[in-house]
Amino acid sequence: MSSAVFFSRRQVDIVRIVWMLVALVLAAMTVFPLLWMLMISFKAQAEVFQPVLLPKAPSLKNFIYVLTEVPFVRYLFNSFVVSAAITIIALWFHTMAGYALARLRFPGREAIFLAIFSTFLVSLPVIIVPLFILVRAMGMLDSYAGLIVPAIFNAFGIFLLRQYYLSLPRELEEAAIIDGASYWRIYWSVILPLSRPIVASLAILFFLANWNSFLWPLTVTSNQDLWVVQVGIASFRSQYASSWQYIMAASTIVAAPMLLIFIVFQKQIMESIKTSGLK
Amino acid sequence: MPASHASISTAAATSDPPIAARRAGLTNRQREVLAGYLFIAPDFIGLFVFVGIPMVLALTMGFFDVNGFGQFNFVGLANYQKMLGDTVFWQCLRVTLLYMVLLVPSLYVSGLGLALLVQRSNRFNTVMRSIFFAPQMVSLVVIGLVWQLLSADKVGVLSRGLAALGITGVSLLGSPGFALYTTLLVTVWFLMGFYMLIFIGGLQDIPREYYEAAEIDGAGRVQSFWHITLPLLRPTSFFVLLISLVASVAGSQAFDLIYVMTKGGPANSTSVLIFYVYQQAFQYSAFGYAAAMASIVVVILMLATAVLFLMTRGGRFNYE
Repeated sequence: MSSAVFFSRRQVDIVRIVWMLVALVLAAMTVFPLLWMLMISFKAQAEVFQPVLLPKAPSLKNFIYVLTEVPFVRYLFNSFVVSAAITIIALWFHTMAGYALARLRFPGREAIFLAIFSTFLVSLPVIIVPLFILVRAMGMLDSYAGLIVPAIFNAFGIFLLRQYYLSLPRELEEAAIIDGASYWRIYWSVILPLSRPIVASLAILFFLANWNSFLWPLTVTSNQDLWVVQVGIASFRSQYASSWQYIMAASTIVAAPMLLIFIVFQKQIMESIKTSGLK
Repeated sequence: MPASHASISTAAATSDPPIAARRAGLTNRQREVLAGYLFIAPDFIGLFVFVGIPMVLALTMGFFDVNGFGQFNFVGLANYQKMLGDTVFWQCLRVTLLYMVLLVPSLYVSGLGLALLVQRSNRFNTVMRSIFFAPQMVSLVVIGLVWQLLSADKVGVLSRGLAALGITGVSLLGSPGFALYTTLLVTVWFLMGFYMLIFIGGLQDIPREYYEAAEIDGAGRVQSFWHITLPLLRPTSFFVLLISLVASVAGSQAFDLIYVMTKGGPANSTSVLIFYVYQQAFQYSAFGYAAAMASIVVVILMLATAVLFLMTRGGRFNYE
C-alpha cells in the first residue's frame, strides 16, 4: 500500500501524520459549534458572549426555565407523536409496496415503479404552495392528520426496500406459496421478519428526518398546541431575542436525543446512507 | 440467519391451511395480480395525491389568480408578466443561481476531500467519519441558531476570531456583501459529512487491483487519483452532483437555514427563490404568483439537470 515510488517509509509516515492532523482540525471545526451550544446552555446570560468555552458556574437553570415557562414539553410531545406515527405508517406502506414491486407480477408494475421513482427528485419547497392549498381543501390544516399524512409518502424508502427484496432468495417464500398461504400471510410472516435489519435502519432515518423537519409543520400549523419542537424553537428565538442561554438550552434539548441515537446506532445510520448512494 | 429464515417459512407454511386457495372464483394468477395492486395501493394513491397532484398544480397554478379561499381564476400570463417587472424576483433569481453555482462544486470538493481523507478503514478514521457526519443529526433550525450566535457582530466567537486576525468591522450576517457567503459556509459545513459518506461508498466499490496495477506501472498517488479514482467514481459523482443540485435550488435545507439565520435579508441578499415563493404565498397570500415563481424554480432545475446529463453523459462509464 505504500507509495514507495516517490517516498521512503519515513516520509510515508510523515504524510500519514499530516493527514491525521488535518482530519483532527476539521473534526474540531465540526464539533465546535455543537459543543458551544451545549456549553452556553449551562451558562448565565452575562457569560453568553465571553470567549470562554466552559461555564463558570454550570447550572440547569436554563433547562428548567425552558421546560417550565414555555410549552416546550407540549412541543416535544407533538414532535414525538408526529415523527413516530409517520415512521410506523410509512414503513408499513413502503414494505408492502416494496414487496409488491419486487416480487408480485401484475400488469403495469414497471410503469407504476417508474411513476413512483419519478417523484424522487420532487422537493417540498417546489410543491409547498399547491400542497398547502390541497391540504386546506381537505380540511386538514391545524391538525395532526395535516402534520402526519402528507409526510408519509416518499419514494426513497419504497425504492430502498424494493432493492432489498430483490436481493432476497425467492425460495424463502416459495414453500408458503405452494402451501397456498395468502399473500398477506406471506408478507406478514415471511417478508416482514426478513426485513428487520433494513426496517430498523429506515425507522431511525425516518424518525430523524421528521423530528428535524421544519418547513411543512411551519406551513400547516398555526395553532400553538400543535406546534412541533422545531417550530416552537424558531418562534422562541423571536420572542426571547437576546436570551441566548435559553435558546441554546432549548436547542440542546431538541438536538441531544438525536445525537444520542446517533452515538448508539452510528454504524447502521451511516451504512444505510452510504448504500443509498449506489444506484 | 439462514436457519431462522427456514424455520419462519416452514412455520408459516405448516400452521396455515390453504385458506386462500379455497377462495371462490379466483385463479392463482388472479390472486397475485389482485394482491399486487392492493399492496401498492396505499403508497401509490398517497404519492399521487400528495406529490403528483401538487407537482401538476405547481406547474399550472401560475396561470391562475388564487385567492385566500382557494378559488381559482384564470389570468393567463399575468403572473409571469408581473414577475418580469418585479425587481425582487430578479434579485432572488440572481441569488439562487449564485447559490447553486457556488454550493454544488463546494459540496463536491469538500465531500470528496473528506472521503479521501478518511477513506481507509481503521479505528481513527471511523471516529472521524462519525464526527464529520454528526451535524446531520441536528435540525437546521438549531444549526441556524447556533451559527447565528457564533457570527453575532463584534461579540460572536467568529467575529472575535476575525478581529484577532486583524479583520474588524465585518458583519457576517448583517451586511449584504457577506451574508450569502456565511450562509453558504454553514450549508457546506452541515452537508459535507453526508456527501463524504456517499463518496466513501463509491470509493469502496473501486477494485483494489486497479491501484496495485497502477503502482506496479510506477504511477504515483496523484496520477492514480486522476486516472483511476475520478473516472471510476463517475456514477457516484453524477449522483452527488444531481442531489446537490436539487438541494441547492429547491432543498428544504436552504429554506430552513435562511429562514432562521437571515429571513432572506439583509436587502434580499440571501433570498433564494424558494424563500421568496414562501413569503409571497404565506405572508401576502399571493398563491398564484408564488406558484408561477415555483414553476421557474422547476425550469431552472430541469435546465441544470439537462446540462449535468450532457456534461457527464448520464454518469455512465466511459472506457475509451
